Amino acid sequence: MAKKIISVKVNGRTVEKAVEPRTLLVHFLREELSLTGTHIGCETSHCGACTVDLDGRSVKSCTVFAIQCDGSDVRTVEGLASGGVLHAVQEGFYKEHGLQCGFCTPGMLMRAYRFLQENPDPSEEQVRAGMAGNLCRCTGYQNIVKAVLYAAAKLRGQKEAAA
Amino acid sequence: MIPPSFDYHAPTTVGEAVKLLSSLGGEARLLAGGHSLLPMMKLRFAQPAHLIDLSRIDALRGIREDGGEIVIGAMTVENDLLDSRLLQQKVPLLPEVVAQIADPQVRNRGTIGGDIAHGDAANDHPAVAIALDATLVLEGPKGRRSVKAENFYHGMYATELAEDEVLVEIRVPAFARGTGYAYCKLKRKTGDWAAAAAAVVMRATGDKVESVRIALTNAAPTPLRAAAAERALTGRTLGPTTLAEAAAAAMVICDPAEDLRGDREYKTAMTGEMVRRALERAAARCG
Repeated sequence: MAKKIISVKVNGRTVEKAVEPRTLLVHFLREELSLTGTHIGCETSHCGACTVDLDGRSVKSCTVFAIQCDGSDVRTVEGLASGGVLHAVQEGFYKEHGLQCGFCTPGMLMRAYRFLQENPDPSEEQVRAGMAGNLCRCTGYQNIVKAVLYAAAKLRGQKEAAA
Repeated sequence: MIPPSFDYHAPTTVGEAVKLLSSLGGEARLLAGGHSLLPMMKLRFAQPAHLIDLSRIDALRGIREDGGEIVIGAMTVENDLLDSRLLQQKVPLLPEVVAQIADPQVRNRGTIGGDIAHGDAANDHPAVAIALDATLVLEGPKGRRSVKAENFYHGMYATELAEDEVLVEIRVPAFARGTGYAYCKLKRKTGDWAAAAAAVVMRATGDKVESVRIALTNAAPTPLRAAAAERALTGRTLGPTTLAEAAAAAMVICDPAEDLRGDREYKTAMTGEMVRRALERAAARCG
């Protein structure tokens, strides 16, 4: 089937590539752009390891075709840290030991990044509901919830300092 | 897992989509949110030669009020239903249902129209649309026609939607003041389909049920309206006896498939329990 050229903004940089219609967004990111931070887990939209930000919403990139993202704005885990400084969600996972093997972490970070913009001051229960699309087989989730709450507090503090 | 090859089409109007369907015939499938179709394509359960992506048709998105009805564009994603103030005020059953569907990421892609038109009785919107007495508007080469949700389902993956038609909107009567409602869903884990679930919309005066609609998710090859259970309650007082009668009447029509969520006996019993709980919750909200 004919390839089509798509133009996608990824982590602030516009890229143009020819893709086959059947190419999934996650394969486009990993194989065409060498952004291997986004992981492939279950490939059936259950585990959330492939979560990225697409036009300001969290999506599972294993269940979106790259061709559907023509003209879109995508952010991946590679786009979180800035100038060598960890993003608050990354710092939270580091400080609160929110990972063990780390496989689910890129998806967790990207979901937390968006969730905390949707709800900057969540309760523990809201964190659990907001992160319900991401599975972790190591941690038992306790430290992931703590990490997200850490990041929430830090981001609120940054906002207040800026105001 | 990479899906099989296909040609991709991204029309920007419903008319264009219908034309593509007419010319491509059975070789084409409509792509809504893709969270049923893509997994099926990866497993080769579906191998369409053409995909017609509806996501660039702006006219298919949005929620508005039209007289006594709430009109929902078929490509409106679940999270937009969840956040809709209009739905929270006029059809609060829908946000209650959506909160029990899948997870935040999936709800950002999954659409109400895709969920309804896919024809899978395990999806939640089909039974809910029946309980809401929703009307489905279908557009084909000869124009639009309306079908009651109740008459839309013919069998597993078999619906009233013709090969050259697109489901464009879902029209739901706004709730009259004091309407009770509930969706009770038993599932193994977040994001799972229902082992059993029941939707209820009820009007009552004092303890007496004036009218009630009850529909069942994943209890048979199609979503079911539990008409005998409704009759067992109409004009009567809700209490242990009538609740038990309604649950029993709902269980009689169950014909579930055995799977990892349970055997037929278990699923049937749980459907009865979901009906009982949904009726109690709906009754508590009446008034």
